[in-house]
Amino acid sequence: MVILGTIIVSALVIMTAIAPWIAPHDPAKTRVGPIREPPSPQFPMGTTHLGQDMLSRILYGGSIMLQVSALSVLVCFLIGVPLGLFSSYVGGVFDRACSLVIDAVYAFPGLVIAIAISAMLGRGVVNMALSIAVVYIPSYFRVVRSQVLSIKELTYVEAARGIGAKWYTILFRYVFPNVIPSIVVVTTINFADAVLTAAGLTFIGLGVEIHIPDWGRDLTSGWAYLSSGAWWIITFPGVMIILLALGFTLIGEGLSELLNPKLQR
Amino acid sequence: MGLRSYIITRILLTIPTLLLLLSMVFLIMRVLPGDPVALHFEKKATPEQMESMRRALGLDTPLWTQYIEYLGGLVDIGYILEHGYPNLGKSMQTFEEVGGQIFSAFPATLELAFYSMIIASVIGILLGVISSKSYNSILDHLIRGVGTVTYAVPIFFLGIVFQLIFGVYLRWLPTGLRINPAVDPPATITGLYTIDSLLQGNLFKFFESLKALLLPSLTLGIILSGIFIRMTRTNMLETLRLDFVTAAKARGLKESTVTYGYALRNAFLPILTMMGLQFAILLGGAILTETTFSWPGLGRYIVDRINFRDYTAIQGAVVVFGLFVTLVSLVVDILYAYLDPRIRL
Amino acid sequence: MPLLEIGSLTVDYPTSRGTIRAVEDVSFSLKKGETLGLAGESGSGKSTLGLSIIRLVPYPGVIVKGHIRIDETDIVKLREHEMRSIRGRKAAYIFQDPMTSLNPVKRIGAHFIELIRTHEPNTGKEEAFERTKTVVENLGILSERINDYPHQFSGGMRQRIMIGLAIALNPDLVIADEPTTALDVIVQAKILDLLESLRKVYGMALILISHDLSIILERCDKIIIMYAGHMLEYVTSIEMHRNPKHPYTQGLLQSIPNIELSDQKLVAIPGSPPDMLNPPKGCRFWPRCSYAKKICRVKEPPLIKVGRNHFVRCFLYGKKGVHVERNRKS
Ligand SMILES: Nc1ncnc2c1ncn2[C@@H]1O[C@H](COP(=O)(O)OP(=O)(O)OP(=O)(O)O)[C@@H](O)[C@H]1O
Ligand code: SF4
Ligand SMILES: [Mg+2]
Repeated sequence: MVILGTIIVSALVIMTAIAPWIAPHDPAKTRVGPIREPPSPQFPMGTTHLGQDMLSRILYGGSIMLQVSALSVLVCFLIGVPLGLFSSYVGGVFDRACSLVIDAVYAFPGLVIAIAISAMLGRGVVNMALSIAVVYIPSYFRVVRSQVLSIKELTYVEAARGIGAKWYTILFRYVFPNVIPSIVVVTTINFADAVLTAAGLTFIGLGVEIHIPDWGRDLTSGWAYLSSGAWWIITFPGVMIILLALGFTLIGEGLSELLNPKLQR
Repeated sequence: MGLRSYIITRILLTIPTLLLLLSMVFLIMRVLPGDPVALHFEKKATPEQMESMRRALGLDTPLWTQYIEYLGGLVDIGYILEHGYPNLGKSMQTFEEVGGQIFSAFPATLELAFYSMIIASVIGILLGVISSKSYNSILDHLIRGVGTVTYAVPIFFLGIVFQLIFGVYLRWLPTGLRINPAVDPPATITGLYTIDSLLQGNLFKFFESLKALLLPSLTLGIILSGIFIRMTRTNMLETLRLDFVTAAKARGLKESTVTYGYALRNAFLPILTMMGLQFAILLGGAILTETTFSWPGLGRYIVDRINFRDYTAIQGAVVVFGLFVTLVSLVVDILYAYLDPRIRL
Repeated sequence: MPLLEIGSLTVDYPTSRGTIRAVEDVSFSLKKGETLGLAGESGSGKSTLGLSIIRLVPYPGVIVKGHIRIDETDIVKLREHEMRSIRGRKAAYIFQDPMTSLNPVKRIGAHFIELIRTHEPNTGKEEAFERTKTVVENLGILSERINDYPHQFSGGMRQRIMIGLAIALNPDLVIADEPTTALDVIVQAKILDLLESLRKVYGMALILISHDLSIILERCDKIIIMYAGHMLEYVTSIEMHRNPKHPYTQGLLQSIPNIELSDQKLVAIPGSPPDMLNPPKGCRFWPRCSYAKKICRVKEPPLIKVGRNHFVRCFLYGKKGVHVERNRKS
């Protein structure tokens, strides 16, 4: 599973990276062909309602998703992990307050939060990433916290404390390495969720500008012209999003199974 | 602890959660950078226009006054008794009561959520049980594969594909709206068309509204079922190897008794809790589903309001989503306590 | 005609790290009303052997060879639904941990009623209910408690209930897998006494599994000593007292605290049981055996008859029949 997922994800990343060299047309350029032309030898994936080449847009279109999800995962990681480590390590009132807030965010419909924040911050890759990040910080926090609580009392951590190691030394030298496996799992699953949330935000009009090639964006415009029956504007971007999310999900599920053999009996 | 005192404690515990949640919404909508009024006009208004809008909506007072007013509006019993819904402020676009608009959109979401939940649970539990019972077989891998792929499908993509196939190509089912526009909706009792028409004994209207519900709730239900399959499978696998399941088999009980009466019956409690948690995901999905199918619920309301940059309305809808989730988790916890004999000490 | 007859039974657990042969080439038989003790260290395959008899070896275990005849019927070949009608009715199993053996969301009485009505579908609800009350009273539990849930019962009471469920349909054979290991010492003896008295009343055969040889010596007619999936010795308990043959058995006996001989030194067998993924070649016991010879490391000793109802798997016995003193120091 992990291998399959990695292959899918890296194929998509590479495809997006080399798009400028392999794309037959400028993805933003309108009227490179007739409007809404079904797939043909000249336009293997057809054209959009603005006469853009679908294939070129597909090749380029992963870039926004990848940027948004990578950025949001990074933000989640940088906030969620240290916060979780610190909060659960010091415990007490601080920890309880943090957990309460985090749990409230966690219980809230993620997309609704993302929508609210996104609506306030406006469009753009960074803003999208930030609003998605807020939704998934709790996942990191919770995983880290539960892990730390279970290893905090282990003898070698106690021993380190006994010989007078500083709290940050203990956290990063002794505790952090133990939570890495679970964080890796959360991160990959988070990637998949971020991709889907980004697509969702785009779909309801909080994504990037219309001319920018983006799978979510194109899928949305395909939907607007649904009654014309132009299936190619819908299917190709849709399948690409599925592949990307599936790739990350496979990695995440595979890893969590490897790391948690209990579920394998 | 008795069941009753558990319920009371649980309800009391909801209050700080709610307070936190409401403050969070306030924080996002008012304190975060981005002035709703300025955003609403997209720099196309004079300072005077903006000022009068602020005054009209009470956004000119200090933040903490706004905060108190916002919370106060929600618990203003007098207002609730008069209108039938809490005070969520006025729309920036239409200056109507946001509470009223939400109140009329909410039943559509509730109905969609209800049927999707049923579909997701039936598919999820059934396939999850089958999968766990045929552990590590081809069937198991197949079902797991379906679950994983389902998880990766953007919900609106499935909706669009359904619309394309059934609506555009086959022209079988109405796409959009809660009931065939040629049919009058049933008189409002609960606001759920299917239930209202049944209560009035009108089978025709019942089937018409069911028909309209079919694609949206299938879309949402199928997507959600992926998670349910996995949850059911994992929990069943854990339960199936517990001693009492083996002991039941050792007594020669029927396979179905062992699977359902022993394993599923016990796995069901954690599954129920997780379903409660998934409810938040369901509501997120509902927003996208409603948008795809022009389903006039709360989700589409929020998306519409985004287009008008109607921030008071967005805030109101977010609050209602939050209240709904909190209520569901309360109900789930109480149900759990009721179903688990160990809690009735 | 024996009630139970097992021949060359072999059970494997194919796992991702390799195949564990948890039971290998085990043969024995049991008459009606007889009691057999299965003793051996943890992991020696006692439960696997016991569960094979009701064909409930846990996943991924499979019976790869041999036969298990209950009343002349080879249950290894039975279809699943035929097997179900044997479980609970002809052969019942009592598990180690009573705390987890009852369905937490089912009332105690419902367990009985469901059992009775599954195997005797013509029984009415009322009748099943009355029978449940009688059984529960025979266990020394007030009959009104059948409306309670398992969590309202103590461990000892739950194990009584498990015994009750095992005997409710008057089976010919009861397999009790470490029925008292999870309980405290005072309760242990009471539970075993209850089991014994009910067994006598109903005339059932009993297979008692335990890692505690003293319990088995006290309560069983015949004894099988298991080690790493092999049957090392198969003997009557009288003969075992008098004349234990296998070095492992002798070691086990020496490690039983003996109250009469207060000056006797407790001797633990050195070493630990083998890794079942790579068991030692030859005799499985040789790495821990002080009598091990060269041949022991290369050839598996066969099970040989050394007396009436006495079989041993060890090269020390055989044509020449070398005798080993029981308390010989090594
Ligand atoms: N489900 C399983 N999968 C893989 N191996 C197993 C499984 N169950 C048992 N085994 C292996 O089979 C061997 C025998 O196990 P078994 O449970 O029969 O021993 P036991 O004598 O009953 O031990 P205990 O006294 O601990 O109950 C052990 O080495 C164990 O590792
Ligand atoms: S066969 Fe050899 S190693 Fe095995 S018990 Fe007998 S003497 Fe010891
Ligand atoms: Mg055992």
